Amino acid sequence: MLAQLALYSDRCFMAAVGVYVLAMVLHGWEFARERTAAPALVGAGSAEALTRASDVDGSADPARGAARPRAERMGRMGVSLVILGVALQFVSIVLRGFAAQRWPLGNMYEFISAITFAAMITWLVVLRRSPSLRPIGAFVLFPVVILQFLGGTVLYTQAAPVMPALQSYWLVIHVTTVSIASGLFFVPGIASALFLLRTADRLPAALAAKVPSADELDRLAYRVTIVAFPLYTFAVIAGAIWAEAAWGRFWGWDPKETVAFIAWVIYAAYLHARATAGWRNGPAAWVNVVGLAAVVFNLFFINLVVAGLHSYAGVN
Amino acid sequence: MVTTEAPPSPPQTPGNPTWTVLRNGWRALTSMRIALVLLFLLALGALPGALLPQRSLNQTLVDRYFTDHPTLAPLLDRVGLFDVFAAPWFAAVYLLLMISLVGCVLPRTLEHAKALRAAPVAVPRNLARLPHHGEAVLDVAPEVAADAVRARLRGWRRTESAEGEARAFSAEKGYLREAGNLVFHLSLIGLLLGFAAGKLFGYEGQVIVQADGGQFCNTGILGYDSFRAGLRVDGTSLEPFCVRVDDFTATYLPDGQASAYAASIGYQTPADVAAGTSAWRPFPLAVNNPLRLGGERVYLQGHGYTPRFTVTFPDGQQRTGAVQWTPVDGATLLSQGATKFQRPGVTDDAQRKANGLAITGLLAPTTSGGDVVTSVFPAANDPEVAIDVLRGDLGLDDGRGQSIFSVDQSKIDSGALVRVARANLAPGQSVRLDDGTVVRFDGVGQWVNLQVSHDPGEFAVLVFAVALLLGLGCSLSVRRRRFWARLTPLSSDDGVRRTVIEIGGLARTDRAGYGEEFDRLRAELLSEAVRPDAPSPNAPAASPGVELGKDV
Repeated sequence: MLAQLALYSDRCFMAAVGVYVLAMVLHGWEFARERTAAPALVGAGSAEALTRASDVDGSADPARGAARPRAERMGRMGVSLVILGVALQFVSIVLRGFAAQRWPLGNMYEFISAITFAAMITWLVVLRRSPSLRPIGAFVLFPVVILQFLGGTVLYTQAAPVMPALQSYWLVIHVTTVSIASGLFFVPGIASALFLLRTADRLPAALAAKVPSADELDRLAYRVTIVAFPLYTFAVIAGAIWAEAAWGRFWGWDPKETVAFIAWVIYAAYLHARATAGWRNGPAAWVNVVGLAAVVFNLFFINLVVAGLHSYAGVN
Repeated sequence: MVTTEAPPSPPQTPGNPTWTVLRNGWRALTSMRIALVLLFLLALGALPGALLPQRSLNQTLVDRYFTDHPTLAPLLDRVGLFDVFAAPWFAAVYLLLMISLVGCVLPRTLEHAKALRAAPVAVPRNLARLPHHGEAVLDVAPEVAADAVRARLRGWRRTESAEGEARAFSAEKGYLREAGNLVFHLSLIGLLLGFAAGKLFGYEGQVIVQADGGQFCNTGILGYDSFRAGLRVDGTSLEPFCVRVDDFTATYLPDGQASAYAASIGYQTPADVAAGTSAWRPFPLAVNNPLRLGGERVYLQGHGYTPRFTVTFPDGQQRTGAVQWTPVDGATLLSQGATKFQRPGVTDDAQRKANGLAITGLLAPTTSGGDVVTSVFPAANDPEVAIDVLRGDLGLDDGRGQSIFSVDQSKIDSGALVRVARANLAPGQSVRLDDGTVVRFDGVGQWVNLQVSHDPGEFAVLVFAVALLLGLGCSLSVRRRRFWARLTPLSSDDGVRRTVIEIGGLARTDRAGYGEEFDRLRAELLSEAVRPDAPSPNAPAASPGVELGKDV
C-alpha cells in the first residue's frame, strides 16, 4: 500500500516535470513566434500596447480573444500548463508524505521538489499580480526543470523514515519555511539576472522585445525579496531553536549554518544596496544574483560535498 | 600624532586637522556605502569557515588537511582560516559593522522620536504636483466634507489648519516602518551581546556514561571526557547535578538506518544533591528531547558498545573489564578499542610493568562471521570480537596520558608490549594464553555520550531574535505615506453650498505600492460616498472628480 503510494507520488512528480518542460517549450515558442511576427507588430505597436493594458487589469475583452496573436496564445497555454504542473507536484508531495508516513521533507529529492514547487507557486502569484511579466516564464522554468531533473535522477531517494535527529516538529517548521524561502528567492534571482542582461544590452533583439522593462524586472526582484527575506530569517531562527534542542547549541558555525549566514548577509546587503545612491540598480541586482547563488550553493555543495551536521541529503 | 604647536583646542573647532580626520572617518564609517562594504567582507570572511575544515568543529579534518597540503595549510593557518570565527580579522569586521550600525541607527532613533512628536508636514501649495492626487467639486458644505475627511483619516496621525477660507488636512501613517527598522538593527546588537555572553560564561562538556546504571555528576571539569570552557569559566562553580543512565535503546530499520534512540535516565537536581536525597527523578532522554535543569541542559549525543572481558589469571584471580570502544563505522557500528588489565597481587614494580594485559581489536555488533570479522548491522544481534591480546608494559605508569581506545604504539614498536594471542570470540568463548591466563568475552553492554551545555546568553539571543524578526517584518511590510487634503468652499448663485476638494499623497519609501490605497481614498473622498444620500459606493466614477495621473 505504502509502496503503491510512493509509486504514484513518483509518477506525479515525473508527470509534473514533463508538463513543466512542455510549458517551457510553449514559452520558448512565444519568443520564436515573436521574432517572425516582429515586423507586423512594429506596425501594430498600439495594438500590442492595448493587449498589455488589458492584461494589466486582468479582464481581457472576450471578443478580442480570437484576435490574440498566436504567440500570446502559446504563452497563455504555457501558464495553464504550469498550473497543471503545480497541481501534479502538489499531489506528488502529499502522496510522498503518506508513503513515508512523515512530513515529506527529509532528503535532497524532497527538498528539491518542495523548493521548485514553492518557486512555481511564487511565479504564479507574481503572474496574477503582473500578467505582463509572462514572457519571462521560460527563464523561470528553465532552472526549475533542471533542478527537478537532478532531483528525480541522481538525487532520488526512496520514501523512508528519517533518522532520530530529524524526528521533531521543528522539521516541519524549519525545513518547510527554508524550502519556501529558497523557492521564493529563485524568482527575484532570475529577475535580477534578466535585469542585468537587459541593462547591459546582452539580450538578443528578439528576446529584448519581449522581456519586460528593466524597471519592471527590478520591481519584481525587490517585491519578492522583501517577502522571502523575512521568511528566510524566520527559517534560520527556527533552525537555531531546533539546533538548541537537537545538538546542544543554537549556533555552531556548522557549514550549512555558515552559508545560511552568508546568504542572509548578502540579502541584507541587497536591501541596503537598494536604498543607497549609486548602488540602486546594477550593483543591487548583482547582489541579488549572488544571493541566489549562495542559496543554491548551500543546497547542493554543502549537502553533498561538505561533511557537517546537516548532511541529510540521503544520497550515498 | 600629537603636534606640540597645535593649541589645545576644543573638538568643535572646525579647523583642527585631527578632529577633521576623526569626523570624516566617523562619517565614512557610519555611511551606508561603508556598511555595504563591511557586509560583503563579513560574507566573504565567513566563506572559508564553510569551505575549510574548522578546529572548533573537527580537529581530525584539520589535521588531515595539514597532511594533504603541507605547504598551503601553515599559510592558511597563519591568517586563522582554520579558526575563522575566532580570528581577529573576522572580529574586526563585525565589530566595525556594529559600530557603523550604532553610528547610523542612534541618530535615526533620536530623529524618529522627534518625528513621533512632530505634527505632519504642512499641506503643499500645489497638490496636483504630487505623484498621487485628485480633485473634485462636491455638492456638500465644507463642514460635511471635512467630517468625511476626518472619518477617512481615522488611524492616521493628522492635523488641521485654516488657510483663509479653506481648511487643510495633513496626515501621515506608517511610523511603524521606521520603528521596525530601528528595532531590527538594535536587536542585532542585542543578539551579538547575547552571543558574546554565551562565549564568555558558557561551557560545553562531553562525557561517556555506561548505560547500565552508570552515573555522572557535574562537579568539575575532571569528570568530563572533553570540556570546552567559556573565557570566564574556570570550572570551579558548576551546578552540581547528577545523572544516572539506567538503560539505552536504539531501534533500527531493516536497512540499518536508526529510527529511534532513547535513554532512560534518572537525575538529581543541585537541590536534591545538597539535600542528600537518594531518590532519582526519572526522565526519558532522547535526541531532540534534552533534560533541562535550570541553566544546564543534558543531551544524548552518541552511543556505542562496551565489550565485557573477564580475565582469569593463572593463580585463579579474576578481573572483569568493561571499557567503551569507539565506533569506526557509523552505519554498522563496527567498533574498536582497548581494554587494559593490570595483573592483580603483584607488588614488584618491574613485575607489574611486565605483566600488563591489553585486549585490542574490533567489535562487530552483528558479525559477518568468517575469519575476517566485520559488522553487517548496527544492533547487537550477534556480537563477535576479533582481538589481539598483548602482554607487557602498557605504559600506564609513564605519567603520560594515553587514549582509552588504543594502546601505546611506541611500546609495541620497542618490543615492550608483545602480542600473545589472536582470536575471534563470540560471547562466552575464551582464549587461553601461553601462561595459562584465560581471556573470556562475556558479552556487550552499551554506553551513551552525554553533553552538558550551559549558555547564559541563550534566552537573550532568543528574545532579540524574535524582536529582530518582528522589526524586520514591520520595516518591510509597513508603508510610510503622507496624505493631504484641502477643502475650499465654492460660492455659487443657486444657493447650494459646494466644496472644492483637492487631495494629494506621497509615499516616503520607494516601491511602496501606495497607489492602490490612495485610489481607494480618492474614490471614497471625491465621489458619492461624501454625499449623505449616496446609495452605493460601487457606482462608477461618474462623479465630478477629475481623475488625474493614475499611478502604477
